[in-house]
Amino acid sequence: MFTIISRIIYFGFKNFWRNGWLSTATVAIMVLALLVFVGLLLFGFVADQASASIQDKIDISVYFKTTTSEDQILSIKQSLESLSEVKNVEYISRDRALAIFKESHKGDSVISQGINELDINPLEASLNVKARRPDQYAAIADFLNSANLGAYTDGQPSYYKNQVVIDRLTAIVNNVSRGGFALTLFLALIAGLVVFNTIRLAIYSNRDEIGVMRVVGASNSLVRGPLVVEGVISGILASIFSLVIAAPIVYFISPHLKVFVPGLDVFQYFSAHIVRLFAYQLIFAVGIGSFSSFIAVRRYLKN
Amino acid sequence: MINFQTVSKVYNSHSVALEDVSFEVGPGEFVSITGRSGAGKSTVIKLLVGEEKPSKGRVFFSQYEVNKLKDKELPAFRRHIGVIFQDFRLLPTKTAYENVAFALEVAGRPQRDIDELVPQVLDMVGLSDKAKNFPHELSGGEKQRVAIARAMIHRPEIVIADEPTGNLDPLNTFEIIRLLEKINQLGTTVLLATHDKEIINDLEKRVITLDRGRVIRDEAKGKYILV
Repeated sequence: MFTIISRIIYFGFKNFWRNGWLSTATVAIMVLALLVFVGLLLFGFVADQASASIQDKIDISVYFKTTTSEDQILSIKQSLESLSEVKNVEYISRDRALAIFKESHKGDSVISQGINELDINPLEASLNVKARRPDQYAAIADFLNSANLGAYTDGQPSYYKNQVVIDRLTAIVNNVSRGGFALTLFLALIAGLVVFNTIRLAIYSNRDEIGVMRVVGASNSLVRGPLVVEGVISGILASIFSLVIAAPIVYFISPHLKVFVPGLDVFQYFSAHIVRLFAYQLIFAVGIGSFSSFIAVRRYLKN
Repeated sequence: MINFQTVSKVYNSHSVALEDVSFEVGPGEFVSITGRSGAGKSTVIKLLVGEEKPSKGRVFFSQYEVNKLKDKELPAFRRHIGVIFQDFRLLPTKTAYENVAFALEVAGRPQRDIDELVPQVLDMVGLSDKAKNFPHELSGGEKQRVAIARAMIHRPEIVIADEPTGNLDPLNTFEIIRLLEKINQLGTTVLLATHDKEIINDLEKRVITLDRGRVIRDEAKGKYILV
């Protein structure tokens, strides 16, 4: 048994080396498929970041009358935080609101002068509520409405003013997420089929050789084994080459993506997850390489 | 050793390859099967090595009923046989040495045996100096000698040669036939399918003549006679 296994591995390596052009072509196709695969993984990351960035910009603001005490506002904050839909609630006191206002208008001398001339702080305290998911804002707004807060709040929560925008952003986030997943599945399937067919063709070109092996008395495992080993070698080499090719491409593209999604650093993500990416590629490439060989050779093992 | 019992092979109603063919071959015999192209010579060989199954009848080889062998039983069965083809059927990515060694490797023979036997057999067929050459670096005659070395290295009970000289010049043809005779003299049964008149007449051994899938003649010291 050990002799046969060691011969299968030895034949696999030797055939891979001696079928130089065919092996190179197979690895090249696998590299292309894996680049698509890495691209899809990175696209998923970018889409998640973009979606998170959009979600981060959505919140509900509730403004409180200047007569409402801080204790009352903090009590409302506490009840909001107890809701399962709420991710976090930020309290902006009147003083802080004034500081923020001054900071954001410090270049505008008219406004700065005007606000300094006032004896009282005209700004209201507020609570900025962020939901776990964009589609949960309606429920939070309903809660705020039903809690009889009219005595404390000034006007309706900002959700109602921004409902159309929030709904549209929610739809975009959902569509990016769903579309990205469907696209990933579709392209991964195509990449898989391309690799499968490449290996099938490679084995088809070896069909006479397989016939000779059969006539000489080679068992199915001795015919199939080296071809599976070749598929595994192709998968490992393709995984290495695709990462080597992908790294400079990602390095070059990364700064350009920052323009679309602030704070996004794809190269940093790529570098930090390179081992995991390599493992995913290895599983994909070795899996499809060995599986394709195993299946493709089956038809030549009869008689 | 070989026993064909009323064997027929019909591919379709317009193509009957063999019809009620019966013959026996004993151990140590040298038997030529002859006939025109399409007479059924190659079909006899395909049935014998289990590449095809008969439509009717039974094919026996030693203790095996070949027509009843399952796919997974064929490799072990074929290790009792050595086969030589007109187109050599060498593995193109293996050297002459490796092609010969392959027949032992598939049988799970230890490396020690392979290292000992392959040079001996290559020497016997006169190819010691070409051991490291790949098939595309060999002439037709040399390729066929590698094929013969591969067919006999595992000491099969029978060597089957299907038109082994079909692609060779007269000199190489003569050498290949001499090699087959030598193998036979060492005790191995030889079954030679050929339509080469000179070979048949020169051998002066048993000849089974096929015509349109039927055995029309079976003579102990036959000649090439086709009506």
